[in-house]
Amino acid sequence: MDLILDIGTWISLLIGSFFLLVTGFGLLRFPDLYTRIHAGGMADTLATAIICFGLALQSGFTLISVKLLFVVIFVFLTSPTATYALAQAAFVAGLKPRLDGFEGPSEKPATNNDDD
Amino acid sequence: MRTLSLFFILLAVWLLLSGIYTPLIIGFGVLSCLIVVLIARRMDVLDKESFVFNLGPKLLTYWVWLFIEIVKANYDVAKCVFFPRKYLRPSLFSVKATQKDDLGKVIYANSITLTPGTVTVDLHEDTILVHGLTTGAAEGVKSGDMDRRVSDIMGKA
Repeated sequence: MDLILDIGTWISLLIGSFFLLVTGFGLLRFPDLYTRIHAGGMADTLATAIICFGLALQSGFTLISVKLLFVVIFVFLTSPTATYALAQAAFVAGLKPRLDGFEGPSEKPATNNDDD
Repeated sequence: MRTLSLFFILLAVWLLLSGIYTPLIIGFGVLSCLIVVLIARRMDVLDKESFVFNLGPKLLTYWVWLFIEIVKANYDVAKCVFFPRKYLRPSLFSVKATQKDDLGKVIYANSITLTPGTVTVDLHEDTILVHGLTTGAAEGVKSGDMDRRVSDIMGKA
C-alpha cells in the first residue's frame, strides 16, 4: 500500500515538475508579454494542483492535507486576479499585443523584448 | 445572519489550521474570531458581494467542471510551447458577459483568466476583452459555454 502511494507521489511530482519546466520554456519562447502570461498560467494552475496532490498522498487524511487543499484554493483564487492586474496594466499603458502569429525565434523582434 | 456565519467559518478555518486542541488555544481562536467579526461589522464590509457562500452547491459542480477545463487547456498550452509555429495564433476579441451583478461578472472574468490560453485583459460594463493564445482557446470562450454556466450558478443567489 505504501509502495502504491509512493509511486503515485512520484508520478504526480514528475508531471507537476514537467509542467513547471514547460512553463519556463514557454516564458522564454513566446514572442510578447501577453502570450507569456498564458505560459505563466500553467505554473499557477495544473502544476500547483498536481504537486500538492502528490504531497497530500504522503500525508494521508490528516490536517496537513487540509492545509495543502487550502494552499491550492488560495492560489486558484488569487492568481487570476494578479494575472488580470498585469494584463490590464500592460493594456492601459498601451502595449499592443502581436497578433500576426509567430515567425520563429530567428526573426529577432528586438523592440518587443524591451517591453517586459 | 452573515455575521454569525462569518464567525463559524473563521472558527472552522482556525480549528483546521491549528491542529492543537487544548482549551487555551481554542479559547484564543474563539477570541480572535470574535475580534475579527466585530471589526468586520464596524467596517461594514459584510455586504452581498463579499459573501459568496450563499451560492450553494452548484458552485462546487462548477469548480469540478472548471478544473477539467483547466487540465485540457494546460495540455493545449503545453502543445503550443513545443510547436509554436503550428498552434500559436494570438487573438484579441471581446465577448458579452450576461451576468446581471458584479460578482457574477468577476467570477466569469476570473474563470477565463484561470484557464490557461485565455486571459481577461479588460472588463468594462458587460464587455470582456479577452486575449486568446490559440484559435481553439478563443473558440472555447466565444462559444459561451462558460458564460452560461456562471449565469446558471448566479441565478440561484
